[in-house]
Parts: sequence; structure tokens; C-alpha cells
Amino acid sequence: MAVQAQSKVRGSKSKTKSGSSGLALPKQVLIKIHDLMLKSRVLEERMIKIYKVGEAYFWIGGPGEEAFGVPLGLLANKGKGVQHDWLHLHYRCSSTLVAMGMDFLTPLRLIMNKATDECTGGRNFSNHYSFPEWNVAPVTSPIGVQYSIAIGTARAQQRSKGKGITIVTGGDAGSAEGDFASSLIWASRRGSELPMLITVQNNKWGISTHFDEQHGENHVSDRGQPFNMRTTVINGNDPIESYIRLEEEMAYIRKTGKPVVLESTVSRLFGHSSASGANPIDEIDCLSDFQTLLLKKDILTEKNIKDLQSGYEKEAKAAQDQVRTEMTPQASSIWDNYFVGNETGNWREF
Amino acid sequence: MANMAQAIRMALHYGEKHLDVKDVFGQDVGPPMGGVFTATQGLDTAWNTPLDERGIVGAAMGIAMTGDICVAEIQFCDYIFNTIDLLKIAGNTNWVTNGNATLPMVLMTPVGAGIRGSVYHSHSFDAWASRLPGWKVVMPSNPLDAYGLLIAAIKDPNPVMFLKPKALLRVRGQELLPGEPENEKELKAMIDAPVGDRSQWKAKWPELKDHNVPIGKAKITRSGSAATIVTYGRHVLMCNDVADDLKKNQGIDLEVIDLRSIYPYDWSCIKQSVSKTGRVLFVNEDTEVTNFAEHLSYRVTHELFYELMARPRVLAGKNLPGIGLHANLEEASVPQVSDIKSEVLNLLKEVP
Repeated sequence: MAVQAQSKVRGSKSKTKSGSSGLALPKQVLIKIHDLMLKSRVLEERMIKIYKVGEAYFWIGGPGEEAFGVPLGLLANKGKGVQHDWLHLHYRCSSTLVAMGMDFLTPLRLIMNKATDECTGGRNFSNHYSFPEWNVAPVTSPIGVQYSIAIGTARAQQRSKGKGITIVTGGDAGSAEGDFASSLIWASRRGSELPMLITVQNNKWGISTHFDEQHGENHVSDRGQPFNMRTTVINGNDPIESYIRLEEEMAYIRKTGKPVVLESTVSRLFGHSSASGANPIDEIDCLSDFQTLLLKKDILTEKNIKDLQSGYEKEAKAAQDQVRTEMTPQASSIWDNYFVGNETGNWREF
Repeated sequence: MANMAQAIRMALHYGEKHLDVKDVFGQDVGPPMGGVFTATQGLDTAWNTPLDERGIVGAAMGIAMTGDICVAEIQFCDYIFNTIDLLKIAGNTNWVTNGNATLPMVLMTPVGAGIRGSVYHSHSFDAWASRLPGWKVVMPSNPLDAYGLLIAAIKDPNPVMFLKPKALLRVRGQELLPGEPENEKELKAMIDAPVGDRSQWKAKWPELKDHNVPIGKAKITRSGSAATIVTYGRHVLMCNDVADDLKKNQGIDLEVIDLRSIYPYDWSCIKQSVSKTGRVLFVNEDTEVTNFAEHLSYRVTHELFYELMARPRVLAGKNLPGIGLHANLEEASVPQVSDIKSEVLNLLKEVP
């Protein structure tokens, strides 16, 4: 978990700080990051259970990306409007949203397809969030499109000359889509650079196809180099490194208005989705590694962790019990919100 | 009178001055060219993009997500096909988020044949666009409607596709835009960029006023009782010619409907007209298999069956992979005046 050991940066110098913890971040920040990583993991495991007992049709999510996702959510300038950060997330970003303040009810309403689901009204898969009040763009199933759409929010931020930046996340396999190239081209135009943090969470897989079958480049982020973009590879299984490097890169973007391509190596702990079984996979577990470190440094005790986990599990179970009682979408609602303001889009009513 | 390209330009200027349009963009949309059809010359908010249709559509979606108003352009609809999944997402965003995320954006693109544009500058997109739920789709047939429909599109909180009939972009209208000077030369001197160095040129815009052509409202361009022709875009002019010809030479009164909006469409106008005439021909130039007019024809058959005096007909582009360059090929591929006339006469001959 050495902060600098695995980071590879082009165009910047990584800085580390000494904190009260003896690690590179203050103790309270480490405790907060751990709390949110654990909460997010409990949430994902609860969603998998919900799927496995037949209370959801499908699960897809991001256990294994917490060490990257939580720092990202903590560091994002949350709010509505171009002065705040815009986030274009893929469907493995529950930890980022937990760090931003998402409760248990919201994702469970989504996966359990309830009418109370504020993101889609029971219309879409798990982890397909949409939070306009936090500038979180709707998560889509088509891979990679968020890289093209992110160009637009970054353009609006560039025009406003504020400090808001656009953050986009996606998988290594999705970087094969043309949208990824679009984001590099548009973000790096000389004199019109966009304030974008273009990230790739490299878990080495695209469903069942390994990275080596899909890529010739050493690092996906290397693709930013011909565009004169600052690029970096970080160990996304290390929350301390992720926090420090993200903070540094976000500060650079806010200061210069220029883009960064950041690749983080992460794990995919339960496979692609429920379609591949949603069973535990033997990969690096960022949460248990982080807990081992915090125990070793006497920042947390076994009891702290157990109590925290037990509390979140109870909270998640209670949320499931509540959501189970909530209304399902009605068949008559299929035409709702076809157009804005419920203007009809049903041709039978024209 | 302004031509359609000038009318579009003036609507965009009205948009940036009065409706808070912040970005007008696309390939060659900004200076010095101002659009390959000159429809974006002189605008303060126009800028050039990379040659990247997916980036253009994605950027428009992102700008719209922030609540800013933008108008994006795909230079020819022939090159829009690699954006189709983004177009689907733009259309479904409001619905899939159950109304919590909206995309107030306008996407313009020139469509259709008629300028000897060969295989990749002659495509149509109206039938394709009608299969993108969540979009509103409009196509004007004259400069005043282009001005009013584009202003309506900018004001609309939904994604709106503004299809520009490219063969009509240089055609002048018969009615002045509100605020347009009466003298064509005066207008040209004010808003047309000079040939040669344009680096110091700035448009002098007339004091334009609001004009709203409601999306979803058709217009009857010829009144009659013998048969109804439902069309849009450049074929409105052809259908009007056929109606004028048959009235003058054979005393046949055709009713011509300029649909103007493809989705949502003005069913009450179609229904009222077909109920009166009992005969209907749908004309457009997109390819004929799964053509939008087939939906309208189905609906007429289904809902007005007992009021029909003849089978509804669809006259559309041949189901070919492309439009050949030579005039003989192009004219054989998409409906011409003679085809429309012939089809109308067949429609009128049919005895129930």
C-alpha cells in the first residue's frame, strides 16, 4: 500500500503528505474512507442477495472498485450547475455515490424496480443512477457513450470559466469504443482544452474477454500522450494512493482547465454481473487489504470493523424490508414522461 | 424574400439573442465558412468541431444536461448513422429517468436528394427519425416555416431534430419573416458573408421578432375535395405543383397537407381531410420499406376504413441502397412530379 510504489505519472510529480496516522493521509480521512468503502461493499452484497433470492431480475455493480470510487466521491465538488463537478459514471460506481451521500433506499428501490425509484421509476437495471441535483448524469447500459456525452458538460463548464470539472469513468474494455477517442480529441484541442478527468477503471476484463485479447497498448491511459494530455496510472486498489492522486489531478484540472487521463487498476470481485453468477472471484480485495493496514497501524480494531459492518448490514436489511412493501410501477405508467411535462408521445392520442 | 438557409440563420440569431442559445456547433459551422449551406454564417455562438459525429451528438447531449440551450449540426444526414445509439439515448433520457433528466437540444441535418448529391449526400432520415422515440422531428418546406419551426424547436424542452430539405435551402419564400427587410439585396448585404476574406466581417442583423410554428401542427397548402396528399419537405412544392396543374387543366381539386412535424404528427388534420376526400396519397422520399408513411397509411386504413373510397397509397423513395449520381438515376429513385401526378390519377380512378 505504498503511495508512490505503483503510481506511474507522465507530466506531473506525485506528492505525498504525512498525516497523524503515520500514513499519507490524516487518520480521520482514513477512517472516513474505510467507513464508506465498507458501506458500499455491504450495499453491493445486499443487492447480490436481493438478486439471488429472486427479488430482482438482474444485478450489475462495482464491488472491487471501492478504493478508487470512494475517494472520487469524497473529492468531487458535489452540487447542481456548471460551477460544480459533473459526473458521467459507469454502472460500477455505487461506491462513488455512497461517498457522495447516497443512502441504502435509493439503490435498493432501483434494483427492486419500485415506482419509488427516483432514478428510473423502476425502468432500468441496478446501478443505473441519475441524480440531477448532484450533476450525476444518467448511467447507461451502452458501453462508453458517457465519454462522448461528457464532452458537453465540460464544454459548458469551460464556457462558464468556473472551477467545475467533468469526471468520466468507464472500463478498460469500453475504451475500445470510439467515444473514448472522441473524448481525447475534443478535450485536447489546442486553445480549447476541456476541464475533464477522463478515467478508466482497468479490471482487466470485458465480460469474459481478458484485457490481453483486447489491447495492444501497455496502459489505456497512454492513449492520452499523443494528444499532449497529462496521463497517469494508479493503483486503484489502494485508497490512499487513489485519494492523493485524484486530489492532485483534480487540482491540476481546476487550475489549468486542461484534461487528464487517469487509469486505475481495480478488481472485479463478483464477476461481470448476475449473468455470470455474481459469485466471489479470487482477486485483490481492496477492502480487506485496507482493513489489514488500518488494524496494523492501530487506526481501527477488529471490534470497530465488526460493529460497523453489522450496523450497515442491519441498515441495508431494513431498507430491503421497507422497499419490498413499496409500490411497483403500474402498467398504465409506460407512457409517462415520454416527453417533458408528460406531453403525450402516444400516437394514438395525437 | 429570404431563402431557407438565411431563414435558418436568422432563427439561430434570434435564438442566441432572445432565447439564450449558447452554442451552435458542428463541422464547418463556425467561421469562416458558416456551414456548407451558409445556414450558420455570422452567428456569435457558432464554432467548428472535429469531424466527429458521435462527439457532436454527445457534446449536444452533455450541454443540454447542464440546462444550456444548444443547436448542433450533422453536416449531412448521410453521416448521422454512426450516432444512432446516442440518438436513442437522447430520445430515451427523459423517459428512462422517469422525468428527472431532460435534454433540451436541437440537432439539425440536411436531408434528401434533389441536388445531384450522389450516394452519400442524398439520404433521407425522416423514416429513421420517426423510429427514435422521445425525439420531436420537424421538416419545413419554406423559409417562414423554417424560421418558426426552428424557434419552436429551440424553445422546446425535448430533443428536437430539425431536418433541412437540402434542395430547398436556396429557395426563397413568399412571405417575409417578422423583421426581415423587404429588399432581398439589403438582406444579403446585411447577413451574407462576403466572398474572400471574412476575418473582419460581422453580420448586421435585422430586428427579428418571434414567430412560432407549433410542433405537431400541419398546414393545408392547397384546399380541395377530390383527394388528399400528405407530404413534407421538398415534396410539398412538387405536390402543390401537381395540385395546381390538375386544377388548372382538369378541374380536379386536391387537398395538400404539409405535415411539417413528423413526430408528433397532426392526426386531426389528416383525419379531417381524408374523411372529406375519402382518398389519400402519402408522399416522401425516404426508402419505401418501413417508411413513416406506412404508419400513417395503416392508421388511415384502421381508423377511417369505412370512409375511404380508394386504397391509401404511399409514394416514397425506391428501396435502394443509395441514390445514383446521374440525373436519370436520381430521378428514377425518388418521387418526381410526374410520379406524383400519375399516382394521384390512379387514386382518383379507383372505384369502390
